[in-house]
Amino acid sequence: MTDILDAVLADDAPFHGTVGQPLLRKEDPKLLTGEGKYTDDIVVTGAVQMAMVRSPYAHARIRSIDTADALKAPGVVAVFTGADLAGEWGGPMPCAWPVTADMKNPAHYPLAVGTANYCGDAVAVVIADTKAQAADAATLVIVDYEELPAVVGVKDALSDRVVIHPEIGTNQSYVWDLKPDEDKVTAAFAAAVHTVRCEYVQQRLIPAAMEPRGVLVVPQPFGGEFVVYSSTQIPHILKVMLGLTVGIPEQKLRVIAPAVGGGFGSKLNVYAEEVLALALARKLRRPVRWTETRSENTQATIHGRGQEQVIELAADADGKVTAVRVEILADMGAYLQLVTPGVPLLGSFLYTGVYAVPAFSFRCTAVFTNLTPTDAYRGAGRPEASYAIERSMDTLAAKIGLDPAEIRRRNFIPADAFPYPSASGLVFDSGNYEPALAKALAHADYDGLRAKQATEKASKSKIRTGVGISSYFEICGLAPSRALASLNYSAGGWEAATVRILPTCKVQVISGATPHGQGHETTWSQIVADKLGISPDDIEVLHSDTAISPLGLDTYGSRSLAVGGTAIWIATDKVIAKAKAIAAHQLEASDDDVEFAAGVFSVKGSPDRALPIAAIAFGAFTAHNLPDGMEPNLEAHCTWDPPNFTFPFGTHIAIVEVDTETGHTALKKYVCVDDCGNQINPLIVQGQIHGGVIQGIAQALFEGVQYDDKGNLLTATLADYLVPSAADVPSLITDHTVTPSPTNPMGVKGAGEAGTIGSAPAVMNAIVDALRDFGVNDILMPATPERVWHAISHSAN
Amino acid sequence: MIPAKFDYVRVDSAEAAIAALVEHGDEAKILAGGHSLVPLLKLRLASPGVLVDVGRVKDLSYIRDAGDHIAIGALTRHREVETSSVLAEHVPLLGKVAHYVGDNQVRHRGTIGGSIAHGDPASDLPTAAVALGATLVARGPKGERTISAADFFHGFLTTALAEDELLTEIRVPKTTGAGANYQKFNRRAQDWAIVGVAAFNQGGNVGVALTNMGSIPVRASAVEAALKSGATAAQAAEHAADGTEPPADLNASVEYRKHLARVLTRRALEAAGVA
Amino acid sequence: MKVSMQINGAAQSHDVEPRTLLVQYIRESCGLTGTNVGCDTSSCGACTIHLDGESVKSCTILAVQADGAALTTIEGMAAADGTLHPMQEAFRQNHGLQCGYCTPGMVMAATGLLKEIPHPTEAEVRLGLEGNLCRCTGYHNIVKAVLAAAEQS
Repeated sequence: MTDILDAVLADDAPFHGTVGQPLLRKEDPKLLTGEGKYTDDIVVTGAVQMAMVRSPYAHARIRSIDTADALKAPGVVAVFTGADLAGEWGGPMPCAWPVTADMKNPAHYPLAVGTANYCGDAVAVVIADTKAQAADAATLVIVDYEELPAVVGVKDALSDRVVIHPEIGTNQSYVWDLKPDEDKVTAAFAAAVHTVRCEYVQQRLIPAAMEPRGVLVVPQPFGGEFVVYSSTQIPHILKVMLGLTVGIPEQKLRVIAPAVGGGFGSKLNVYAEEVLALALARKLRRPVRWTETRSENTQATIHGRGQEQVIELAADADGKVTAVRVEILADMGAYLQLVTPGVPLLGSFLYTGVYAVPAFSFRCTAVFTNLTPTDAYRGAGRPEASYAIERSMDTLAAKIGLDPAEIRRRNFIPADAFPYPSASGLVFDSGNYEPALAKALAHADYDGLRAKQATEKASKSKIRTGVGISSYFEICGLAPSRALASLNYSAGGWEAATVRILPTCKVQVISGATPHGQGHETTWSQIVADKLGISPDDIEVLHSDTAISPLGLDTYGSRSLAVGGTAIWIATDKVIAKAKAIAAHQLEASDDDVEFAAGVFSVKGSPDRALPIAAIAFGAFTAHNLPDGMEPNLEAHCTWDPPNFTFPFGTHIAIVEVDTETGHTALKKYVCVDDCGNQINPLIVQGQIHGGVIQGIAQALFEGVQYDDKGNLLTATLADYLVPSAADVPSLITDHTVTPSPTNPMGVKGAGEAGTIGSAPAVMNAIVDALRDFGVNDILMPATPERVWHAISHSAN
Repeated sequence: MIPAKFDYVRVDSAEAAIAALVEHGDEAKILAGGHSLVPLLKLRLASPGVLVDVGRVKDLSYIRDAGDHIAIGALTRHREVETSSVLAEHVPLLGKVAHYVGDNQVRHRGTIGGSIAHGDPASDLPTAAVALGATLVARGPKGERTISAADFFHGFLTTALAEDELLTEIRVPKTTGAGANYQKFNRRAQDWAIVGVAAFNQGGNVGVALTNMGSIPVRASAVEAALKSGATAAQAAEHAADGTEPPADLNASVEYRKHLARVLTRRALEAAGVA
Repeated sequence: MKVSMQINGAAQSHDVEPRTLLVQYIRESCGLTGTNVGCDTSSCGACTIHLDGESVKSCTILAVQADGAALTTIEGMAAADGTLHPMQEAFRQNHGLQCGYCTPGMVMAATGLLKEIPHPTEAEVRLGLEGNLCRCTGYHNIVKAVLAAAEQS
């Protein structure tokens, strides 16, 4: 036995701290060599393929469906309509966020029955031996539709001209108010020296994760169990929901999210195809698989945003904002998906921005339309909010004649006011906004740009420079379970972790968070490595499989580090505490006299009385010499429920050049100074910021779902829906400040969505800034060349 | 994503291709680089009964100095057009336009003949052919005939090619040492032009044509005429949209396209050295 | 019909329907799943491979068109001993990937680009990758990686 212990100890690499270091990612080698296995890469013998038959109409009565020809096609195993499968369901498709007690949520099932309610709504499913056979047979399903008038706009929806779901009698799903003190708001507007009222449209966006969705369900012949592989962000939530929807006991389901090619919220859902594949695998007793095409993805995977906003600011003579009043009209699409109704609520608390605003009022009215359902997309409610406040602050500044930087400084919540009880009712954890603004202005050469603008104006240049500031903040680290309860969300916001030290002092970290590009394996390893004093290479992070990590609430809302990382931190502390008790026992000292540093337990004042953690690990395994009553092995679990949200912030500055002849906007430079608290791996943080920023820039300049007036999707492919390429965007200048969060032991906040939340208003403020001299005060997103040209050529000046 | 079924015929000569076209009639479609056709097949926007693959016809890929013109084999890939030193010297506009076709990967596979025969008014190379006054050589069962680029394009995705004809060569008059410029305006680099303007200027001999300003590539005759009668580039460019009937689509209205045509024509002319 | 090609130096030969796309052939017939499919309009470049030494989109080529060709996919880039290709290594060193789905296509496109422009400017790298979409990285670190790889060659 001693020989084995010697070998274990000899393998113990010298310890170097890694938290805060830009460690290269553990995930990369397999992804770089094509070894990463995404759902469609998994081969299962005997699997049959699903193909969906989708409605070509936004709103249509299904008179009849004739499957006879399809059934006769080569390789076809079965064809089902919604009516055929009516007996398969344990319940309708889930919506986990009934935001009000009287919210209207029309029941819907994986296949539409009676009426199709958006272009792409699935009405039948074909199962065949090969993908090609399924695709061929799907074209042979004859559906007799009676086209109905479609509701395409939110205002049209509100009119109830056409009621989409007759059983609820209205297109209005809910009205949700956040009005802590309406009298105070009314009084502030009455007393205001300056007011502005701005209307903005948050166009629908297609999340467009590069990997389309896919699902593969493998029934286990004995025992009634099913393994579900899905390109999902939420294997744990999916397992619960699939069990309920398909009527399979939860313990019979194992959900695995293999390599997942991006999500951005679009895979934070329970989709018809996942539910169908499971039900059909049960019915057919065969493995069933489905892989989405991109043209399906644009209509059958949720869209993001989709809001019309009105924001009013009241201000005193100095430009200090005294009240913010917001009303939004939110487009739910045809049905409520998993968290559709809650998305506007996530933004509601942010409409006062980083400013000390004493009075606040918010109302959201949510309506159904004959369009693809909306749901969470990177930022989910918060980009909309930060856009409204950051754009309207610029409008207020212009009205008063203040510099956009100056109006922000005058209104910032002071650094010494944290934790700050906001008018919305939430307490903002920590913040120090001025340094981030100052750094960003310096990187941008703000004064130099203003001088350049003056020169362009004097020479009547056809190219105009614009500078746009966005001092954003956001709310992440979702979420304190009690806060979610107050918002009527149907689940908690905790995260679970297990840390297990194996006999040879290698470590398994089991996390309920579910990465899909975020580099959790690397970051979690760094946290645990530093605490245990071992190498990150000696740590294996296991995740995304409900059989391995049975408890978890998955990855979304920039929550994984602040919530899931904290669970790992605390579980590691628990393991260390146990190891310390063993060490004290073996060193014949009291617990209090033993200290632990750099992987070694030693007795205070007697450094020669020491045991490396590897010796304790092996000792915990052999259990030859443990304190009386102690269980063998080193393993601990933690479920962390955070006491508060976290509130990252920063200032972004966009510098554009607008070609006033063509309306083309060139983004010349982009500065982001972000503060997400302490950083575990700055390389990964920076990568998150980069990607987020470009998605926000894409909303401002490139992307927008377009429908015709009958609800036909016009941007149905990546040739028409303009996800920008490297050639269309610049490199970014990134910097940061560090204001730790007091809500968790690592002082971390979250970085996944910040870039997206900060960037769209910066770009749009820059474009409007470039064109103020032309009398332009607003342009719709995306600011297409034609829109910009139109604004210039139709403006007063 | 998966094309509908079709039959596939691989040929190794132009003659064999024509024979296959004769045999299969309107069921048949020529497959060259495939970069116009395969995307349509995948979305099942096209489902021909037979594909006649000419990709291996060796003697249709060349760029040759033929005295007063440069002869380009129809199967010459965009990348070769883009980087050809012969073209850079004698038809500088063509390489500059080819540089803007699709993306790098597309240019490695797509062919000049395929692009022109596809007849998409939003494509770049047909515009260049029109601006340069190219002559297109078509071979059919009855032999060879030539068609001027001006007469070749009949409408959206339709050309003068008969069902049994194969485009074999593009003959482009030399404009040695000409100033040349292609203004391709789009929202995203890889996309088709919202409007494009191709212009060359060989010591006052000016050719201008427009991309996506109608159902076929449009020669900006009014611009050329104005220049001949002494107008400046800026003055002449004001005529760029004269007589055009551009489409309205997701990216631009008719009015905006006409405006762009004027602005981009001025820029193209100025960049090509027209004062 | 029967098609044969060399993929990463190994001979492959299978019966396919003429409508089979090259990327389907590579993934499904040959079992090389590193090459991904991200769209159906030749827009995203996730399926980029090398065909006879040049970068191409394998979703826009029929398998029958590639009959007899020599292909390299992402699986053929690292050395036999597992040493990453310099472009793969540059992506790793510069955090040029997150979810990894666009990565094989990006690496193949970038490697092809450097064959044609060995020492590109940043603008040339960006334009050279115009046919490849990434949703995670915002391209910043991809561009950095390609420039770093060029620097080292």
